[in-house]
Amino acid sequence: MTSLAAIRGSSRTQVVLGLFTGICFGFLLQKGGATDYGVIEGQLLLTNFTVLKLMLSAVMVGMIVFPILKKFGYANSHAAHGTLGANVIGGLIFGAGFALLGYCPGTVAGAVGTGALDALIGGMTGMLIGTGFFAGLYPALKSRVLAYGKFPAVTVPEFLHLNLWVVIIILEAFMTGFLILLGQYRL
Amino acid sequence: MFGFLTQAVWSPYIAGAGIGILSCLALVLADRPLGCSTAFVKARGLIGKVFSAEKTEKMEYYQEIVPQMDWAFMIIPGIIIGAFLSSVLSGTFHVIWVPALWESVFGGNAVLRIIVALVGGILLGFGARWAGGCTSGHGISGSIQLSLASMITAACFFAGGIAVAVLLYRVIGGILI
Repeated sequence: MTSLAAIRGSSRTQVVLGLFTGICFGFLLQKGGATDYGVIEGQLLLTNFTVLKLMLSAVMVGMIVFPILKKFGYANSHAAHGTLGANVIGGLIFGAGFALLGYCPGTVAGAVGTGALDALIGGMTGMLIGTGFFAGLYPALKSRVLAYGKFPAVTVPEFLHLNLWVVIIILEAFMTGFLILLGQYRL
Repeated sequence: MFGFLTQAVWSPYIAGAGIGILSCLALVLADRPLGCSTAFVKARGLIGKVFSAEKTEKMEYYQEIVPQMDWAFMIIPGIIIGAFLSSVLSGTFHVIWVPALWESVFGGNAVLRIIVALVGGILLGFGARWAGGCTSGHGISGSIQLSLASMITAACFFAGGIAVAVLLYRVIGGILI
Protein backbone atom coordinates (compact mmCIF):
# COMPACT_ATOMS: atom_id res chain seq x y z
CA MET A 1 0.00 0.00 0.00
CA THR A 2 2.84 2.40 0.75
CA SER A 3 4.05 2.19 -2.83
CA LEU A 4 0.60 3.13 -4.12
CA ALA A 5 0.53 6.14 -1.79
CA ALA A 6 4.00 7.08 -3.05
CA ILE A 7 2.84 6.94 -6.67
CA ARG A 8 -0.24 9.05 -5.92
CA GLY A 9 1.78 11.49 -3.82
CA SER A 10 4.61 12.19 -6.26
CA SER A 11 3.61 15.13 -8.44
CA ARG A 12 6.28 14.30 -11.03
CA THR A 13 5.08 10.69 -11.33
CA GLN A 14 1.50 11.92 -11.65
CA VAL A 15 2.37 14.25 -14.54
CA VAL A 16 4.01 11.37 -16.44
CA LEU A 17 1.14 9.01 -15.58
CA GLY A 18 -1.44 11.58 -16.71
CA LEU A 19 0.31 11.99 -20.05
CA PHE A 20 0.61 8.21 -20.47
CA THR A 21 -3.05 7.66 -19.50
CA GLY A 22 -4.08 10.33 -22.01
CA ILE A 23 -1.99 8.73 -24.77
CA CYS A 24 -3.62 5.32 -24.15
CA PHE A 25 -7.07 6.96 -23.99
CA GLY A 26 -6.54 8.88 -27.24
CA PHE A 27 -5.22 5.76 -28.95
CA LEU A 28 -8.25 3.70 -27.86
CA LEU A 29 -10.74 6.45 -28.76
CA GLN A 30 -9.27 6.75 -32.27
CA LYS A 31 -9.11 2.98 -32.83
CA GLY A 32 -12.65 2.69 -31.52
CA GLY A 33 -13.82 5.22 -34.12
CA ALA A 34 -14.99 7.81 -31.57
CA THR A 35 -12.74 10.67 -32.76
CA ASP A 36 -14.71 10.92 -36.01
CA TYR A 37 -17.37 13.64 -36.35
CA GLY A 38 -19.61 11.40 -38.49
CA VAL A 39 -19.53 8.62 -35.90
CA ILE A 40 -20.45 10.90 -32.97
CA GLU A 41 -23.11 12.86 -34.86
CA GLY A 42 -24.39 9.52 -36.21
CA GLN A 43 -24.84 8.34 -32.62
CA LEU A 44 -26.89 11.43 -31.77
CA LEU A 45 -28.95 10.90 -34.95
CA LEU A 46 -29.35 7.23 -33.93
CA THR A 47 -27.90 5.94 -37.20
CA ASN A 48 -24.52 4.74 -35.86
CA PHE A 49 -24.22 3.15 -32.41
CA THR A 50 -20.40 2.95 -32.19
CA VAL A 51 -20.21 5.49 -29.34
CA LEU A 52 -22.72 3.62 -27.16
CA LYS A 53 -21.05 0.28 -27.93
CA LEU A 54 -17.73 1.75 -26.83
CA MET A 55 -19.16 3.34 -23.68
CA LEU A 56 -21.23 0.35 -22.62
CA SER A 57 -18.29 -2.06 -23.11
CA ALA A 58 -16.11 0.23 -20.98
CA VAL A 59 -18.76 0.42 -18.25
CA MET A 60 -19.47 -3.34 -18.37
CA VAL A 61 -15.79 -4.15 -17.79
CA GLY A 62 -15.13 -1.38 -15.26
CA MET A 63 -18.30 -2.07 -13.28
CA ILE A 64 -16.93 -5.53 -12.39
CA VAL A 65 -13.26 -4.60 -11.95
CA PHE A 66 -13.80 -1.46 -9.83
CA PRO A 67 -15.71 -2.98 -6.86
CA ILE A 68 -13.07 -5.74 -6.61
CA LEU A 69 -10.26 -3.15 -6.57
CA LYS A 70 -12.21 -1.16 -3.99
CA LYS A 71 -12.80 -4.20 -1.79
CA PHE A 72 -9.05 -4.86 -1.60
CA GLY A 73 -8.25 -1.21 -0.90
CA TYR A 74 -6.70 -0.33 -4.26
CA ALA A 75 -9.36 2.20 -5.28
CA ASN A 76 -11.76 4.65 -3.64
CA SER A 77 -15.25 5.63 -4.68
CA HIS A 78 -15.56 9.19 -5.97
CA ALA A 79 -19.33 9.05 -6.41
CA ALA A 80 -20.82 12.28 -5.06
CA HIS A 81 -24.27 13.58 -4.29
CA GLY A 82 -25.85 15.06 -7.41
CA THR A 83 -28.65 17.56 -7.89
CA LEU A 84 -31.34 18.22 -10.47
CA GLY A 85 -30.00 21.75 -10.94
CA ALA A 86 -26.40 20.71 -11.57
CA ASN A 87 -26.62 17.34 -13.28
CA VAL A 88 -29.82 17.58 -15.32
CA ILE A 89 -29.50 21.22 -16.46
CA GLY A 90 -25.74 20.94 -16.98
CA GLY A 91 -26.20 17.64 -18.82
CA LEU A 92 -28.75 19.18 -21.21
CA ILE A 93 -26.54 22.24 -21.92
CA PHE A 94 -23.65 19.84 -22.54
CA GLY A 95 -25.87 17.81 -24.88
CA ALA A 96 -26.67 20.87 -27.00
CA GLY A 97 -22.96 21.64 -27.33
CA PHE A 98 -22.20 17.95 -28.00
CA ALA A 99 -24.56 18.00 -31.03
CA LEU A 100 -23.43 21.38 -32.41
CA LEU A 101 -19.72 20.60 -32.07
CA GLY A 102 -19.97 16.89 -32.88
CA TYR A 103 -17.32 16.00 -30.31
CA CYS A 104 -17.18 15.75 -26.50
CA PRO A 105 -14.36 17.15 -24.29
CA GLY A 106 -12.15 14.05 -24.73
CA THR A 107 -12.93 13.24 -28.34
CA VAL A 108 -12.45 16.89 -29.39
CA ALA A 109 -8.80 16.49 -28.36
CA GLY A 110 -8.70 13.12 -30.14
CA ALA A 111 -10.10 14.67 -33.31
CA VAL A 112 -7.36 17.33 -33.17
CA GLY A 113 -4.83 14.49 -33.16
CA THR A 114 -6.37 13.05 -36.33
CA GLY A 115 -6.10 16.41 -38.12
CA ALA A 116 -9.58 17.95 -37.57
CA LEU A 117 -9.07 21.73 -37.57
CA ASP A 118 -12.74 22.43 -36.73
CA ALA A 119 -12.08 20.55 -33.47
CA LEU A 120 -8.94 22.60 -32.77
CA ILE A 121 -10.01 26.10 -33.76
CA GLY A 122 -13.75 25.86 -33.05
CA GLY A 123 -13.97 23.13 -30.42
CA MET A 124 -10.96 23.57 -28.16
CA THR A 125 -11.21 27.39 -28.23
CA GLY A 126 -14.93 27.19 -27.46
CA MET A 127 -14.28 24.80 -24.56
CA LEU A 128 -11.82 27.27 -23.02
CA ILE A 129 -14.28 30.17 -23.43
CA GLY A 130 -17.23 28.18 -22.02
CA THR A 131 -15.15 26.99 -19.07
CA GLY A 132 -14.09 30.57 -18.36
CA PHE A 133 -17.73 31.73 -18.40
CA PHE A 134 -18.60 29.04 -15.90
CA ALA A 135 -15.69 29.93 -13.62
CA GLY A 136 -16.93 33.53 -13.56
CA LEU A 137 -20.53 32.56 -12.80
CA TYR A 138 -19.65 29.81 -10.30
CA PRO A 139 -19.98 31.88 -7.07
CA ALA A 140 -23.48 33.00 -8.16
CA LEU A 141 -24.62 29.51 -9.22
CA LYS A 142 -23.04 27.44 -6.45
CA SER A 143 -25.53 27.83 -3.61
CA ARG A 144 -28.51 28.44 -5.90
CA VAL A 145 -29.23 26.41 -9.04
CA LEU A 146 -26.34 23.95 -8.59
CA ALA A 147 -27.67 23.00 -5.15
CA TYR A 148 -31.32 22.73 -6.23
CA GLY A 149 -33.12 19.37 -6.05
CA LYS A 150 -30.69 17.06 -4.27
CA PHE A 151 -30.92 13.45 -5.46
CA PRO A 152 -32.14 11.00 -2.78
CA ALA A 153 -29.01 8.80 -2.89
CA VAL A 154 -25.36 8.78 -3.97
CA THR A 155 -25.24 5.38 -5.67
CA VAL A 156 -27.74 3.26 -7.58
CA PRO A 157 -27.66 0.39 -5.02
CA GLU A 158 -28.47 2.90 -2.24
CA PHE A 159 -31.27 4.38 -4.34
CA LEU A 160 -32.84 0.98 -5.10
CA HIS A 161 -32.07 -0.48 -1.63
CA LEU A 162 -30.44 -3.46 -3.31
CA ASN A 163 -27.17 -5.28 -2.79
CA LEU A 164 -24.22 -3.94 -4.84
CA TRP A 165 -23.67 -7.15 -6.81
CA VAL A 166 -27.39 -7.62 -7.50
CA VAL A 167 -27.42 -4.15 -9.13
CA ILE A 168 -24.25 -4.96 -11.09
CA ILE A 169 -25.73 -8.22 -12.41
CA ILE A 170 -29.00 -6.49 -13.40
CA LEU A 171 -27.11 -3.69 -15.20
CA GLU A 172 -24.78 -6.15 -16.95
CA ALA A 173 -27.81 -8.12 -18.14
CA PHE A 174 -29.58 -4.98 -19.43
CA MET A 175 -26.47 -3.72 -21.22
CA THR A 176 -25.77 -7.15 -22.76
CA GLY A 177 -29.37 -7.37 -23.95
CA PHE A 178 -29.16 -3.87 -25.45
CA LEU A 179 -25.92 -4.68 -27.31
CA ILE A 180 -27.41 -7.96 -28.63
CA LEU A 181 -30.46 -6.03 -29.88
CA LEU A 182 -28.21 -3.51 -31.65
CA GLY A 183 -26.47 -6.43 -33.36
CA GLN A 184 -29.78 -7.99 -34.40
CA TYR A 185 -30.91 -4.75 -36.03
CA ARG A 186 -27.41 -4.30 -37.56
CA LEU A 187 -27.01 -0.86 -35.99
CA MET B 1 2.40 -9.65 -34.70
CA PHE B 2 1.83 -5.92 -34.23
CA GLY B 3 -0.56 -5.70 -37.18
CA PHE B 4 -3.40 -4.67 -34.89
CA LEU B 5 -1.66 -1.34 -34.32
CA THR B 6 -1.99 -0.39 -37.97
CA GLN B 7 -5.61 -1.54 -38.35
CA ALA B 8 -7.83 1.42 -39.22
CA VAL B 9 -10.48 0.53 -36.61
CA TRP B 10 -10.85 -1.96 -33.83
CA SER B 11 -14.10 -3.50 -32.72
CA PRO B 12 -15.76 -0.89 -30.45
CA TYR B 13 -16.19 -3.68 -27.90
CA ILE B 14 -12.42 -4.27 -27.72
CA ALA B 15 -11.55 -0.55 -27.63
CA GLY B 16 -14.33 -0.01 -25.06
CA ALA B 17 -13.07 -2.83 -22.82
CA GLY B 18 -9.62 -1.21 -22.98
CA ILE B 19 -11.11 2.13 -21.90
CA GLY B 20 -12.85 0.34 -19.00
CA ILE B 21 -9.52 -1.09 -17.81
CA LEU B 22 -7.80 2.29 -18.30
CA SER B 23 -10.51 4.04 -16.22
CA CYS B 24 -9.89 1.56 -13.39
CA LEU B 25 -6.12 2.07 -13.66
CA ALA B 26 -6.66 5.82 -13.33
CA LEU B 27 -8.67 5.24 -10.14
CA VAL B 28 -5.88 3.05 -8.73
CA LEU B 29 -2.78 5.00 -9.78
CA ALA B 30 -4.07 8.58 -9.64
CA ASP B 31 -7.06 8.10 -7.30
CA ARG B 32 -9.06 10.13 -9.82
CA PRO B 33 -11.83 9.41 -12.32
CA LEU B 34 -10.63 9.52 -15.93
CA GLY B 35 -12.24 12.79 -17.00
CA CYS B 36 -11.37 15.37 -19.63
CA SER B 37 -13.19 18.60 -18.81
CA THR B 38 -11.12 19.41 -15.68
CA ALA B 39 -8.10 19.87 -17.96
CA PHE B 40 -9.89 22.72 -19.73
CA VAL B 41 -10.50 24.48 -16.38
CA LYS B 42 -6.79 24.20 -15.58
CA ALA B 43 -5.78 25.38 -19.05
CA ARG B 44 -8.23 28.31 -18.88
CA GLY B 45 -6.92 29.22 -15.42
CA LEU B 46 -3.31 29.08 -16.62
CA ILE B 47 -4.18 31.37 -19.56
CA GLY B 48 -5.96 33.73 -17.14
CA LYS B 49 -2.87 33.82 -14.92
CA VAL B 50 -0.76 35.03 -17.84
CA PHE B 51 -2.98 38.12 -18.12
CA SER B 52 -3.77 38.66 -14.44
CA ALA B 53 -2.39 36.22 -11.87
CA GLU B 54 -4.00 38.06 -8.95
CA LYS B 55 -7.48 38.16 -10.46
CA THR B 56 -7.35 34.50 -11.47
CA GLU B 57 -6.11 33.31 -8.08
CA LYS B 58 -8.90 35.22 -6.34
CA MET B 59 -11.61 33.39 -8.29
CA GLU B 60 -13.38 30.79 -6.18
CA TYR B 61 -13.55 28.21 -9.01
CA TYR B 62 -9.78 28.26 -9.52
CA GLN B 63 -9.27 27.84 -5.77
CA GLU B 64 -11.29 24.62 -5.96
CA ILE B 65 -9.73 23.41 -9.24
CA VAL B 66 -6.17 24.73 -9.09
CA PRO B 67 -4.74 25.69 -12.50
CA GLN B 68 -1.52 23.68 -12.72
CA MET B 69 0.07 21.13 -15.04
CA ASP B 70 -0.79 17.96 -13.14
CA TRP B 71 -2.32 14.52 -13.90
CA ALA B 72 -5.72 15.94 -14.89
CA PHE B 73 -4.15 18.58 -17.13
CA MET B 74 -1.88 16.13 -18.97
CA ILE B 75 -4.82 13.97 -20.11
CA ILE B 76 -5.64 16.37 -22.98
CA PRO B 77 -2.14 16.66 -24.54
CA GLY B 78 -1.95 12.89 -24.03
CA ILE B 79 -5.18 12.28 -25.95
CA ILE B 80 -3.98 14.47 -28.83
CA ILE B 81 -0.69 12.51 -29.02
CA GLY B 82 -2.42 9.11 -28.66
CA ALA B 83 -5.01 9.81 -31.35
CA PHE B 84 -2.28 11.24 -33.61
CA LEU B 85 -0.14 8.08 -33.22
CA SER B 86 -3.15 5.85 -33.80
CA SER B 87 -4.33 7.69 -36.92
CA VAL B 88 -0.82 7.87 -38.38
CA LEU B 89 -0.31 4.13 -37.78
CA SER B 90 -3.71 3.49 -39.38
CA GLY B 91 -2.91 5.76 -42.32
CA THR B 92 -6.10 7.73 -41.63
CA PHE B 93 -4.50 11.02 -40.48
CA HIS B 94 -5.61 13.88 -42.70
CA VAL B 95 -6.09 17.59 -42.14
CA ILE B 96 -9.71 18.69 -42.60
CA TRP B 97 -11.66 21.90 -41.97
CA VAL B 98 -15.17 20.53 -42.56
CA PRO B 99 -16.26 16.97 -41.66
CA ALA B 100 -17.81 14.96 -44.53
CA LEU B 101 -21.26 14.55 -42.90
CA TRP B 102 -21.48 18.30 -42.22
CA GLU B 103 -20.41 19.09 -45.79
CA SER B 104 -23.06 16.78 -47.26
CA VAL B 105 -25.82 18.86 -45.62
CA PHE B 106 -24.43 22.33 -44.91
CA GLY B 107 -21.77 22.63 -47.63
CA GLY B 108 -18.02 23.06 -47.52
CA ASN B 109 -17.86 26.59 -46.07
CA ALA B 110 -15.20 26.37 -43.34
CA VAL B 111 -16.22 29.67 -41.68
CA LEU B 112 -19.79 28.44 -41.06
CA ARG B 113 -18.50 25.15 -39.65
CA ILE B 114 -15.98 26.89 -37.36
CA ILE B 115 -18.65 29.30 -36.03
CA VAL B 116 -21.05 26.46 -35.19
CA ALA B 117 -18.21 24.40 -33.69
CA LEU B 118 -17.18 27.39 -31.58
CA VAL B 119 -20.73 27.88 -30.25
CA GLY B 120 -20.92 24.13 -29.62
CA GLY B 121 -17.59 24.19 -27.81
CA ILE B 122 -18.70 27.07 -25.58
CA LEU B 123 -21.90 25.21 -24.59
CA LEU B 124 -19.94 21.98 -24.14
CA GLY B 125 -17.36 23.54 -21.83
CA PHE B 126 -19.99 25.50 -19.91
CA GLY B 127 -22.31 22.47 -19.59
CA ALA B 128 -19.51 20.07 -18.63
CA ARG B 129 -18.48 22.25 -15.71
CA TRP B 130 -22.11 22.94 -14.75
CA ALA B 131 -22.72 19.17 -14.59
CA GLY B 132 -19.32 18.50 -12.98
CA GLY B 133 -17.96 16.20 -15.67
CA CYS B 134 -18.11 14.92 -19.22
CA THR B 135 -18.83 11.80 -21.25
CA SER B 136 -15.83 9.99 -19.79
CA GLY B 137 -15.84 11.39 -16.22
CA HIS B 138 -19.58 10.92 -15.64
CA GLY B 139 -20.53 8.58 -18.48
CA ILE B 140 -17.81 5.98 -17.96
CA SER B 141 -15.92 6.49 -14.66
CA GLY B 142 -19.02 7.63 -12.76
CA SER B 143 -21.14 4.79 -14.10
CA ILE B 144 -18.42 2.27 -13.16
CA GLN B 145 -18.80 3.50 -9.57
CA LEU B 146 -22.60 3.16 -9.91
CA SER B 147 -23.01 6.88 -9.19
CA LEU B 148 -26.68 7.83 -9.53
CA ALA B 149 -25.79 11.44 -10.44
CA SER B 150 -23.34 10.30 -13.14
CA MET B 151 -25.83 7.96 -14.79
CA ILE B 152 -28.54 10.65 -14.80
CA THR B 153 -26.03 13.17 -16.19
CA ALA B 154 -24.97 10.78 -18.98
CA ALA B 155 -28.62 10.22 -19.91
CA CYS B 156 -29.08 14.03 -20.11
CA PHE B 157 -25.97 14.37 -22.34
CA PHE B 158 -27.63 12.06 -24.85
CA ALA B 159 -31.17 13.46 -24.40
CA GLY B 160 -29.95 17.00 -25.12
CA GLY B 161 -27.57 15.79 -27.81
CA ILE B 162 -30.19 13.77 -29.69
CA ALA B 163 -32.71 16.64 -29.55
CA VAL B 164 -30.27 19.21 -30.95
CA ALA B 165 -28.75 16.81 -33.53
CA VAL B 166 -32.23 15.97 -34.85
CA LEU B 167 -33.10 19.69 -34.95
CA LEU B 168 -29.86 20.44 -36.80
CA TYR B 169 -29.86 17.60 -39.34
CA ARG B 170 -33.48 16.53 -39.70
CA VAL B 171 -35.32 19.85 -39.28
CA ILE B 172 -32.88 22.56 -40.46
CA GLY B 173 -30.95 20.16 -42.73
CA GLY B 174 -34.25 18.81 -44.07
CA ILE B 175 -35.24 22.31 -45.25
CA LEU B 176 -31.83 22.87 -46.88
CA ILE B 177 -31.77 19.64 -48.90
